Amino acid sequence: MPVDLLLIGVKAAIFLGIWLTLVPAMVLVERRLSAFMQDRLGPNRVGPFGIVQPIADALKFFFKEDVIPHHVDKALYLLAPAAILIPSLVTFSVIPLTEPFGFSLFGQDIHFKFQIADVSIGILFVFAVASLGVYGIVLGGWASNNKYSLLGGLRSSAQMISYEIAMGLAALSVLMMAGSLSIFDIIQMQIFNGETGKLFGVLPVSGWLIFHQPLAALIFIIAVFAETNRLPFDLPEAEQELVGGYHTEYGSMKFAAFFMAEYCNMVTGSALIIALFLGGWSTLFFDPWVAGLPVFFKIFVQFSVFMTKLIVVLFFFVVVRWTLPRFRYDQLMNLGWKVFFELALLNVVITAVVIGFMSVS
Amino acid sequence: MVEYLPILVMFAIAIAMAVVILVLTHLLGPRQDDPVKLSMYESGVNPAQDSKVRFSVKFYLVAILFVLFDIEVVFLYPWAVTYKTLLSSLGWLMFWQMFIFVAVLLVGFGYVWKKGGLQWD
Repeated sequence: MPVDLLLIGVKAAIFLGIWLTLVPAMVLVERRLSAFMQDRLGPNRVGPFGIVQPIADALKFFFKEDVIPHHVDKALYLLAPAAILIPSLVTFSVIPLTEPFGFSLFGQDIHFKFQIADVSIGILFVFAVASLGVYGIVLGGWASNNKYSLLGGLRSSAQMISYEIAMGLAALSVLMMAGSLSIFDIIQMQIFNGETGKLFGVLPVSGWLIFHQPLAALIFIIAVFAETNRLPFDLPEAEQELVGGYHTEYGSMKFAAFFMAEYCNMVTGSALIIALFLGGWSTLFFDPWVAGLPVFFKIFVQFSVFMTKLIVVLFFFVVVRWTLPRFRYDQLMNLGWKVFFELALLNVVITAVVIGFMSVS
Repeated sequence: MVEYLPILVMFAIAIAMAVVILVLTHLLGPRQDDPVKLSMYESGVNPAQDSKVRFSVKFYLVAILFVLFDIEVVFLYPWAVTYKTLLSSLGWLMFWQMFIFVAVLLVGFGYVWKKGGLQWD
């Protein structure tokens, strides 16, 4: 039991390390990349190429005055940043980064799963905990007692819950193909399909679900954008209309908590996109070769592949942000309810029919 | 249930991190109160009226619709997970049962749509 607890601690440290490295890295990349896309330089003074900028930012946030305005609902106002940060730091605990492997350390055989918690409800857990983040936004918007915050909070919560349905339905067709809620099983299924599947019996076919479920993948990716309040769906904090949206009245680390939560969710969302649709640690056509490697090389390759994909998807997030203009609110809601909901449902029905024909006949 | 223990640990860590962040920033920052700084932010203009303004009832409607249809999605989950395995024993019955359920819900969805419940202006 103490070994188990130690293992949990080690895994938690590794995952938090990865995530809390990616978050400030993303902040920097976002600022630098957006600067390049707008023909500016961006932050390049703190350290070489500005790589220490996020640390400087964090320190600055810590030493800023902790302003608690008179007109706010104090308890809820302080609860909101915590309420949004906590779920975002827990959601990634069911995402596996490599296959499980065994090794012995100090005479003890350890079966190491590169995943904090191997629960059978995987995806459901991610959705359930991620939706708790809405509370932080609603509380922040309401407790700030400010018109901008209130409208931003309302917009954001309505947007997040609307796209959650499309997101859930898009994931549904993946679950039907995998027959499991566990993210590990879904990745294994993609690798297995890639190794055995043949298009028309001859052509090699990738097991990545983005090729089998392109519509679901598209809906899911767009829904992740909407869930994380990223442009083109950043209406909750549409600066020209709402100043800062639900975090208008927040300063110091309280503001940074909202920011951290958003970026954490973005990293988790990207990891989820990769796990569900981009084959996790699958290497398109080299999976059999990777599987034959010695165990530590294999784990290293799988981990690097997952991380590379993660970084590519995160870059995609930033590039999209500075490429597409913001939606209007009615367009956003129409897209969510009148287009994606139906399309996702249709996709589920089509998937059901196809699977039916494949297995019943 | 033991596989859920790490999640509990993660929640504990996350709560601890949130609390530490909020407490630290409270202790580290300077404190200079002044009435203007602590007043409501309204782009530098004096606040016009109470901030609890009336907002569109549409937001409630969306929330209610979300509850309805998200329950539907959650209801689909166990079906989706067992779909492949139960197809062999139940055959197309497995498909039609859920098809009828979704169709009934879609009738309600169509009603909401026709009534303008999804119309934002």
